[in-house]
Amino acid sequence: MSYARYSRQRVSMAILAGTTAFVAPAAAVAEESVLRIGMTAGDIPLTHGQPDQGFEGNRFTGIPIYDALTQWDLSQEDEPSTLMPGLATSWEIDPEDDTRWIFELREGVTYHDGSEFTAEDVVWNVEKVLDEDAEHFDASQVGVTASRMPTLRSAEVIDDYTVALYTSEPDSFLPINLTNLFMASPDHWAEKYDETGDSDEAWSEFAADPSGSGPFRVTGFTARERLELQPNDAYWDDARTPTIDRVVMRPMPDANSRTAALLSGEVDWIEAPAPDAMAQMEGQGFVIYSNPQPHVWPWQFSFLDDSPWLDREVRHAANLCVDREELSVLLNGHMGIPQGTVGPDHPWWGDPDFEIRYDPDTARELMEEVGYSSDDPVEVRVQTSASGSGQMQPLVMNEYLQDALAECYFDVELDVIEWNTLFTNWREGADASSANDAHAINVTFATMDPFFAMVRFLSSDAHPPVSNNWGYFTDDEFDDLIAQARTTFDPDERDEALGQLHKRKVEEAPFLWVAHDAGPRAMSPSVGNVVQPQSWFIDIATMTME
Amino acid sequence: MFAYAIQRILYTLPVMLGVSVVCFALVHIAPGDPLISILPPDASSELQERLRILYGFDRSYVEQFFMWLARVLQGDLGTSIASGRSVTLEVSRAVGNTLMLAAVATVLGFTLGCLFGFVAGYFSNSPLDKLASAAAVFGVSVPHYWLGIVLVIVFSVGLGWFPSSGAGPGGSANWRFDYEHALYLVLPAITMAVIPMGIVARTVRALVADILAQEFVIGLRARGLGQFHVFLHVVKNAAPTALAVMGVQMGYLLGGSILIEVVFSWPGTGMLLNTAIFQRDLPLLQGTILVLATFFVVLNLLVDLLQTALDPRIKR
Repeated sequence: MSYARYSRQRVSMAILAGTTAFVAPAAAVAEESVLRIGMTAGDIPLTHGQPDQGFEGNRFTGIPIYDALTQWDLSQEDEPSTLMPGLATSWEIDPEDDTRWIFELREGVTYHDGSEFTAEDVVWNVEKVLDEDAEHFDASQVGVTASRMPTLRSAEVIDDYTVALYTSEPDSFLPINLTNLFMASPDHWAEKYDETGDSDEAWSEFAADPSGSGPFRVTGFTARERLELQPNDAYWDDARTPTIDRVVMRPMPDANSRTAALLSGEVDWIEAPAPDAMAQMEGQGFVIYSNPQPHVWPWQFSFLDDSPWLDREVRHAANLCVDREELSVLLNGHMGIPQGTVGPDHPWWGDPDFEIRYDPDTARELMEEVGYSSDDPVEVRVQTSASGSGQMQPLVMNEYLQDALAECYFDVELDVIEWNTLFTNWREGADASSANDAHAINVTFATMDPFFAMVRFLSSDAHPPVSNNWGYFTDDEFDDLIAQARTTFDPDERDEALGQLHKRKVEEAPFLWVAHDAGPRAMSPSVGNVVQPQSWFIDIATMTME
Repeated sequence: MFAYAIQRILYTLPVMLGVSVVCFALVHIAPGDPLISILPPDASSELQERLRILYGFDRSYVEQFFMWLARVLQGDLGTSIASGRSVTLEVSRAVGNTLMLAAVATVLGFTLGCLFGFVAGYFSNSPLDKLASAAAVFGVSVPHYWLGIVLVIVFSVGLGWFPSSGAGPGGSANWRFDYEHALYLVLPAITMAVIPMGIVARTVRALVADILAQEFVIGLRARGLGQFHVFLHVVKNAAPTALAVMGVQMGYLLGGSILIEVVFSWPGTGMLLNTAIFQRDLPLLQGTILVLATFFVVLNLLVDLLQTALDPRIKR
C-alpha cells in the first residue's frame, strides 16, 4: 500500500470515526423526548413537598413529584374537576365521632427512594406542619399548608394501611383540603437528617434531592434556574406513568421573555403568554390552550355603614351593567364569563333566582328605584393593584368597569396600590386605615375549595383579622347554611348544601362578578395529549412529545 | 501610598455601617407583611402570629437589626423566608453570574466607549465626531430593557443566532467557557454595555478635546514627538478620569441590571432582587442589597487607589 493511499485511508477512517462519534450521541439525543416548560414564577417552586408560588407551585412541583391522599381528576376538560382517590382509596367520617375521619390507604406504593408508603407516613407528614415538637417540624411549610386545611389537628395510625385524621370541629371539607398535603418520604428525610444532623438543613437537602411517590422523580435541581424530572417507572397508576423521557422547568417571570423563548424554540410550553403575541404564536403553529379556571375576578363589596353597596338593588345593578362579552374581546377571549362564583354545571351551583347578565336598562331602573340618576350618581371607591398573581389585567379591566358602570349612574374612583400591599390590606378589612375609605376591593381568588370559594367571605366568624370577610358581610342565614354544609358528610348532600349557600350568595350579590381567568398557556404542536381541565392544575404525566 | 490606602480603607468602615443601617431600614419601611411569601391570604390571624414569632418578626426593629448585623459579621446573611435556603449561598451564586456578565459588559462598554470617545475627541466637529457622538447619545438615551427585547426579537426569534434567555443549556451550575455557552452571554452583555459605552464615550471625548487643547500637547509636538507618542500622553492624562467613570458604571452594572437580567432570565443578583421584591423575602432582599452596596464601596475604593497610583497629584 502506498503511503499516499494509506494516508487517505487513515483520514477516511478518522472522518468516519469522528462522524460516528458525533452522530451516535446525536441519534441518542434525538430519540430522547424532552418537554421544556417556561413557568411564570421567579424561582422554582419549593420542592420539599409543600410548594410555594401559589397554585403554580402545586401544578409544577406538587402534583408531578408527589401524591396526596385525595387528588383532582384532571382528565376532563368539559366539566369541572372533581375529587378522586389518591393515596387514599376511600374515606369516611367516624360514625361515633364527627371530628374523626378514617382513610383507607393504597397498598404497594413506593417513594422514589424505594421505601414503602404506609399509615405512619401520613402521621409523619401531618406532624411536619402541625406538631412543633416533632423533630421534622418545618416552620417554612406551615404557612402554605396549615391555612389550606384550617381544621386539621392531628393524625393517628390505625393499622399499616388505615389512618385516622382529627379536626378541631366537624368539617366535611377536609377531603378537599387534603389535596394540598403532599406525602414526602420520611425515610429519605431521615437519611438527610443523619447526614446533616440539623432539621432545617435536612429539609434544605431534601428540597435539593426530593423523594415523593408521584409520576415524576427529580433528577436535577439548580435553585432559581431549572428543575429536571424523569419518569417514575414504578408509579402505581399505569394510566399516569409518563412516556416523556425528561421534563425541564425554567422560571421565566417576564411574559415577553417567555414568549421569545417559545418562539425561538428554547421551550415547548409557556404559561401565560404575552397577550399581544398570541395571534403571532397561533400563526406560527403554536397551540393556545385555555379553559375557565375555578377562579373569580371580583369586586368584593363593603357592608360598613357608609357603604353605597348596602342596597341590594345597587349590587344587582352593578352586576347587570357590565358587558362581559365585550370585556372578553378586550382580553382576546381569554376569560370565562361568570354567572356566580361557580357555573351552572358545577355541583355547588344551586340555581340562583338572580341571573348575572348584561341588562343596562334593568340596572338603571334599579338605580333609579334607590334614588340615583345621571345627575346624582353614586360615588364608589375601589382599591385595586396594577398587577399581581391571578389579577389578570387589573388596570385595563378596572378602567373598563369604570366606563361601563358610568352608564348606570356609578361614579367610580380607582385607588391603585402595590399588589403585596393590597394583599395585606385584604386581611385588615374595610374599616382599617389601609382601606383608604374604599367601598370595594379587587382581589382575585381560587374557588376549588368551599372554604376559599365562599365560607371565608360570608361567615361572620371570618371578619378581619381572622379571614377574608373584608367587607364585614354578616347574615345569620348564611352562618346557618355554612354550618349545615360543614356538618353534612355525605358528598352529594354536602354539595347540595353548598348549592344552597351559592344560590343565596348570588341572590344577595356581595360581589360584582366580572371574570373567570382562563389560564392561557401556549405550547408547541409537538406536545401531544394535552388536556386543559377546568382547573388551576394540569396533568403533565399523561402528555406525549413527538 | 500605603498610609493613604489605610486611610481610605478606614474611611469605608463608617460608610459600610451606614449602608447596613439603610439596607435593614429600607425594606422595613416598605408597606406590606414580610411573611406574605409563605402565608396565603386566607391564613388565620393565629397562624400569622405563630409564624411571626417563629421568624422573630415580633421583636423590636433595634433588636432585629443587631441580631442581623451580628450574623452578617460572621458571614451569615440569614435564611430566605421563601425558599428556606441560605442567603449567603444564594447571593454568592448570583454574584458570580452577575460578575461574569458585568465583566464582559464592562470590557465591551469601556473598549467601545474609549474608541468612540477618542475618535470623536481627535476629530472634533468632523462627520466622524458626529457619528461617534450620535452612538454615544444613543447609548445614554436608549432604555436598555427595550433594547434587550428588540435584540431578542431580531437575533433570537427572527434570525435564531443567539439564545433568548438563561445561562447556558444546562443552567449556570453547568457553565463552561466554550462557544456554546458564550452565545448565551452575547445579547445580555451587549444590552448591558450600551449605557456605560455612551457615558464613557462622552466623557472621553470631552477629556481628549480638552487635553489636546492644552499647552503641553503643543509643547510635545514642538519637540518633534510623533502622533503615536502624543496619543500615549493623551491616554495617560485621560485614563484616571475615564477609569473613575467606568468604576462607577461597573458598580451600576452589578446592582442596576434587574431589568436586563429579568428580560434574559439571567440568574444573577438582578433576578434575585426582582424575585425577593415580589416575594417580599426580607432576608434575601437585605442580603443582596448589602452585598451589592459593599461591592459598590469596594469598587470605588479600588478605583480611588488606582487613580492615585496613576496620578500622584490626587493624594496631595
